[in-house]
Formats: sequence, structure tokens, C-alpha cells
Amino acid sequence: MDLGIEEKQPRSIAELVSIVEALIFVADEPLSVKILADVLEEDRETIDSAIDELKNEYEQRSGGLQLREIAGGWQISTRTEFHEEIRKFLKTRPNAKLSLASLETLSVIAYKQPVTVPEILEIRGVQSASAIKTLLDKRLIVAGGRKETVGRPMQYGTSKSFLIQFGLKDLSELPSIEDFEDLVQ
Amino acid sequence: MEQQTEQISVDFHRARAHIVAESRDEIKLELGEFAGPLDLLLYLIKQEQANIFDIPIARITGEYLKYIRLMKQLDIALAADFIVMAATLIEIKSKMLLPREIFGETTDAIEDPRQELVDRLLEHQKFQNAAQMLYERSTVEQAVFTRGHIESDDNNTEINATVFDLLYVFQRILARHKEEIQMEIQREEMSLSEMLKNLKRRIFSAKELYLSEFFQEMKSKQELVLAFIAVLEIVRTESVKLLQEKVFGEIILKAI
Repeated sequence: MDLGIEEKQPRSIAELVSIVEALIFVADEPLSVKILADVLEEDRETIDSAIDELKNEYEQRSGGLQLREIAGGWQISTRTEFHEEIRKFLKTRPNAKLSLASLETLSVIAYKQPVTVPEILEIRGVQSASAIKTLLDKRLIVAGGRKETVGRPMQYGTSKSFLIQFGLKDLSELPSIEDFEDLVQ
Repeated sequence: MEQQTEQISVDFHRARAHIVAESRDEIKLELGEFAGPLDLLLYLIKQEQANIFDIPIARITGEYLKYIRLMKQLDIALAADFIVMAATLIEIKSKMLLPREIFGETTDAIEDPRQELVDRLLEHQKFQNAAQMLYERSTVEQAVFTRGHIESDDNNTEINATVFDLLYVFQRILARHKEEIQMEIQREEMSLSEMLKNLKRRIFSAKELYLSEFFQEMKSKQELVLAFIAVLEIVRTESVKLLQEKVFGEIILKAI
């Protein structure tokens, strides 16, 4: 019975780095340190240092792939430089860009969440119903509960898919809204 | 005679708005979908080279109203927003005309009537810039690709089962199915009047009936309840009585 435990030797760092890389590669979504730690039965610090090491390796090699932290996890992706060739191979075009109305609405939601439709209207000065529908359809925002105020309006916030599509680790990575003030003449 | 065509092209932060005035009667207008009154106002302020913190409100209001008149062919939802802004501007303009002393002793303590509008404009501009940032980010993100979709992404766990496992599961499904059907029949089967009729027929043909026997025939809780009510009902309405020969003994239903 105990033989199984005896056979299991602690992994070397190099081994761990390789396993982490394999798991990140195979994961469908950005893979969080917590999940890695749970699966590998290692503590988070160990995983963190393995990821650091892996990241170094990727940077030093500077090949076609990069290791990025995104939406609360780690992901292996191609580097931006090669998008033209990749697109040619995949025969895809860039997705239709969001309209500026949608982007503006999205930025209000991202910075003010949870936020209601009337609050968005106040900032944008125009009705945003169709933009909100577009964003919901694209799963960039999610409805989350109602605000306890007159009419109990629905509140909106951004989704995980938002973080992925905009290449953000988490919401705190968004530049502070006050930073945009500098651009005001 | 020379046809006078005046073309004003407004660049609203990438979404372009054209106001094409052909002759006096025909005004054609194309607006980017996001352009709202705040955008127009910001544009006008820029055009007039005015300071956003010190808006020459009379001049800007005049310009704004000129555009509003050009915008008569806009769709109503948008036009309504523009008209609200026009009203706000006129309100601010009229407040500016009033002597300030009316409102308070010192001029310093009085809030500039333009303040709220300025705050909104600044806030709006911040989010415009934020939208621009998001636009740039999404453009960069579109140049990044992750690995292609593979089969295991569908959570398609391989079937790790023998034929006997399948058979067992299938049997369970069948059994569940049977139960469901049985319940369905029961639900529809019996009404109180039917139960009563049934009980009457039994009692008047046999003259006496052991209640325990009668209750045992019932197939479901619902039928039991109906049977019980039927017994109570028949004792009340028909010439039938309940007999119990000893304590805790059998109860017999007897036709008199």
C-alpha cells in the first residue's frame, strides 16, 4: 500500500516547469495558478516560481509563442508579429470590430460596474440600448442583479470574455479612468 | 444660376458625421451612430477654440441650435437627446444672464451654472478616451492566436464503460420510465365520485366490507385519501354504519 507513496518523488524544478507548460498548452482557457497548484499538489509559490522560469525561457528563446497572463490565468499564444501569416493560414479575417458606440458603452460599464442603463445614459448622453444588446450578444458584459432603487434597474458588469478579448489580467489592469483626464485639453 | 451646396463635415472622434445642405429646402444628414449631444457640444467647443472650463455659453448655444435646426431629419430617439441638451444650454444661458447677487451674498460661493455641464463633458471625454484605449487593445488582441480547438475541449470524456455498464444504465432508465408511466395513470385514474361509486357498489353487493381490505386495494396515497374520504362520505349520506367489535379490531362497513 505504501509503495505508491514511496515511488512518488518530489519533482525537480525543471520537471515542474515542463509539466506546467504542458498543462497551460492543453488548457482550453487561461489556466489559473490555483488550478495548477491543485492539480499538481504543489503550493502556489512553487507554481509561481515555475511560471516565472517558464516565462523567462519563452522570452529568451523569443520564438513564435509567448506566455501571457490573462483573465486571471496563464495562456500560451502566438506573438502579435506573425498575425498576417497566421491569418493567411487560418483563412480568417479579423472579427468585425465593435462600433464606437459599443466601445464607449463598454468602457462606461468596465469602469463604473456594476452600472445601470440610466447611469450609462447619464454619462454618454445618448440611449445605449442597442449597444448593450450587442455587448450582451458578444458576451462581453453580463447582467448581474438589480439595483435597489426606483424601477429596480438591471445592473451590468464585464465578463471573463471581456478580459480575454482585451488582453487584461484582471480589471485592475485597466488604466485608471482619471489617467484619461490628461488627454483633455 | 449656381447651385449652392454647402457641405459641413464633422469628424466626431472617428465616426464621421456629414451634414450636407443642398439648397434651402433639402437637408441630408448622415451621422455616426454614437454621436450624441455631448459629442456635438465637445466638437463645437473645439471648433470655437473655447476653453472647456470657461465655455462662452451664448456663442456655443447659438451654434448648437443652428446644428439642431439642421438635424430635423434625425431619428426621434436621437433628436430627443439633442433637444434635451438644447434646453439645458438655454437654461444655463438664462441663468448666466441673471445677476448673481440674487442667489447669495458672495459671488464666490455661487456655483457656476455651467459647472454641471462641464463635469458631464469632462466625464464624457474621459470615457471617449477609454473607449479609444479599448479599441486599441482589441486591435492588438486580434493579432494574438491561441492553439486550435481540440477534441477534448468539448469535455468529451472518453467512454470508459463496458457493455454491461451500458446495459445496467439502460435498465435503470427503463425502470424509471415505467415508474413515470405508472404515476401518470394514477394521477388521472380516480376521482372522488368514482371512488364513491365503487365503494357503494361493493358495500351494497356484499352487505359488509372490511375497511383494511378495502384500503389495501389502493395503489397510491392519493387513492387512499380518496378511499378514506369516500368512507366518511358514505357513512354520512347512505344507510351504512361502521362497526368495530373490539378495541383496535377490524372496522367493518355494514349496509343497514
